[in-house]
Amino acid sequence: MLRLTKKDISLLVVVIVLTMLAPFLLNPFPSDSGLAQFNAGYPDLMQKFVIFGIFAIGFNILFGLTGYLSFGHAAFLGVGSYAAVWMYKLVSYNVLPAVVLAVIVAGLFSVLIGYVSLRRSGIYFSILTLAFAQMSFALAYSVLSNPSFNLTNGETGLQVYANDPQIFHGDHLPNFPHLFGLSMGSTYKMAAGAWEFQFNVAYYFCAIFMILAFYLSMRLVRSPFGLILRAVKTNQTRLNYTGLNTRPYTLAAFVISGMYAGLAGGLLAATDPLAGAERMQWTASGEVVLMTILGGVGTLIGPILGAGFIKYLENIFSKINDNVLHQWFSFMPDGIEDLMVMIIHPFVGKGWHLTLGLMFMLVVTFLPGGLVEGGQRIKTWWANRKSSDKAGKPASTPAE
Amino acid sequence: MGILEVQGVNKAFGGLKALSDVNLNVEENTIHAIIGPNGAGKSTLLNCFIGKLIPDTGSVVFNGTSLLGIKPHEINQLGVSRVFQTPEIFSDLSVFENVMIPCFAKRDGAFKLNALSRVLGQRDVREKAEQMLVDVNMADKRDMIASSLSRGDKRRLEMAMCLAQDPKLLLLDEPTAGMARADTNNTIDLLHEIKSKRDITMAIIEHDMHVVFSLAQKISVLAQGTVIVEDMPENIKGHPKVQEAYLGTPAEG
Ligand SMILES: Nc1ncnc2c1ncn2[C@@H]1O[C@H](COP(=O)(O)OP(=O)(O)O)[C@@H](O)[C@H]1O
Ligand SMILES: [Mg+2]
Repeated sequence: MLRLTKKDISLLVVVIVLTMLAPFLLNPFPSDSGLAQFNAGYPDLMQKFVIFGIFAIGFNILFGLTGYLSFGHAAFLGVGSYAAVWMYKLVSYNVLPAVVLAVIVAGLFSVLIGYVSLRRSGIYFSILTLAFAQMSFALAYSVLSNPSFNLTNGETGLQVYANDPQIFHGDHLPNFPHLFGLSMGSTYKMAAGAWEFQFNVAYYFCAIFMILAFYLSMRLVRSPFGLILRAVKTNQTRLNYTGLNTRPYTLAAFVISGMYAGLAGGLLAATDPLAGAERMQWTASGEVVLMTILGGVGTLIGPILGAGFIKYLENIFSKINDNVLHQWFSFMPDGIEDLMVMIIHPFVGKGWHLTLGLMFMLVVTFLPGGLVEGGQRIKTWWANRKSSDKAGKPASTPAE
Repeated sequence: MGILEVQGVNKAFGGLKALSDVNLNVEENTIHAIIGPNGAGKSTLLNCFIGKLIPDTGSVVFNGTSLLGIKPHEINQLGVSRVFQTPEIFSDLSVFENVMIPCFAKRDGAFKLNALSRVLGQRDVREKAEQMLVDVNMADKRDMIASSLSRGDKRRLEMAMCLAQDPKLLLLDEPTAGMARADTNNTIDLLHEIKSKRDITMAIIEHDMHVVFSLAQKISVLAQGTVIVEDMPENIKGHPKVQEAYLGTPAEG
């Protein structure tokens, strides 16, 4: 079934169950408790989890399998968002055509950038992709936004205006991205005692795409194509002298991962009909690199974990301000309370990137395989503990 | 007519003339040895056959097709495989995966976007790869990561990878270098066995005269970038020019 091994199917089932139940699982703390701030079951945050999960899964197809480190993948994400918003402006707020166009345009764009960048490898490849992404950012931010030709609407960002054609828009349809009339913004709220669970249309729409994206990446990794991409990473010379032309293989991987990024960009525009140039900035490209490495490069589930991990911590850390810190440390004597707040202050709120950088350094140094390696280490440690327990028992029985 | 015809090949690295006016004719279905002292230009010559280097002048014709100016993967697809002096394998992949890749290259050509079928579902490729591992006596190491193999095993793996493609011409660059006597003898037996089982031509660079004389039907001696003698093995041993090239002095009997 599904042309996967048993082990892969169980991983897929776990991912499906977790994403479908996320509104419950990510909301463990009652709304009125102090811990409610650590909940993550809000529509906008959950949407980010799955959308950036898609972005990272796709990035991993290029970086994890072939070893080609692109520093410009945010360009494809941005292009996807612009394409989707244009679809809204010209045709309708229906998200399906918008997402399809986002994937196609990002795919074409990545053929162009990939074709040129893949003429080099290693650091030169990375620099080329970075240069292209920064050029795209500059184009989107200013060049392609002038009175005579306004493709991106510059600083303000591209959005839908009342006088846009929207030829298939009707009065019966929501004035917001929708799926055949079902508004992406609508959320069903379920109150259960002290908890409130939120089921948002856009979240489930994006989650289904993430599950599909994950399934496809699994199929790809287990295919002859995936095997050859992994061979590119370990020895390109041998591959060439084995009769395989590495260039189209790497280009195909590049374009596939560009299309994943475009899908993520299109979905961002499905949750909020807006596209801005900042989505293409190099920091956004760097973020997906961090997600993939933090989660576990070259693993199936790692990129999703990395994306969730970073987006969750970003949300928590940037919410914390000095007031919150004072509350936390209020049980301490005043002087020490102020000192603690002073120490932690640079790492929270706007300083969240400082924390991210530190975390990244720690992970790369002590857990080069990322969260997945961490999980595996805990598993083997647990297994060893259990087996040593068992080994210990027979020895002790005779003494009793 | 030879399967590989090399005429007037010159190659210089800066001021160093690595090959000067090399002529070589490898007959189909034979084992042809290329011997010569270190730095004679043997590896450089092989590099000119596989598209790694382009000769400054001269011609290299394989099976009627000129090999000059075409890409390494195209040359390989014509039926030329090479075992390198330092093993070139996919170190991060398993032994079995290493052998499957050339099988895919042989079956699907230089590029195929085969992204939705399963590696495990390709019975023809799996069977072929299993068979190759049995042939080189490595079936028990199937699931090991290639980087963890011994040097001798890496060579045998590389040989299995090349043979998996059923090449018409197999180029071997010092296949027994650094091997113990027993391993060397195994390699000789293996090459004999391969030769007896299929139509294949081999060009082999070798230092070990025992290997050369057990295998080769013809020997070319390369010294300072030129072929000084090309002859049957029995005529090579006592050849004064050969002695001179190896010992630096003309032989006195
Ligand atoms: N890529 C290269 N660049 C410069 N010099 C080279 C290169 N490859 C080989 N040489 C030189 O050419 C000569 C022949 O080398 P090689 O073909 O490796 O000899 P061998 O017969 O031992 O295999 C040597 O002097 C070597 O240093
Ligand atoms: Mg050599």
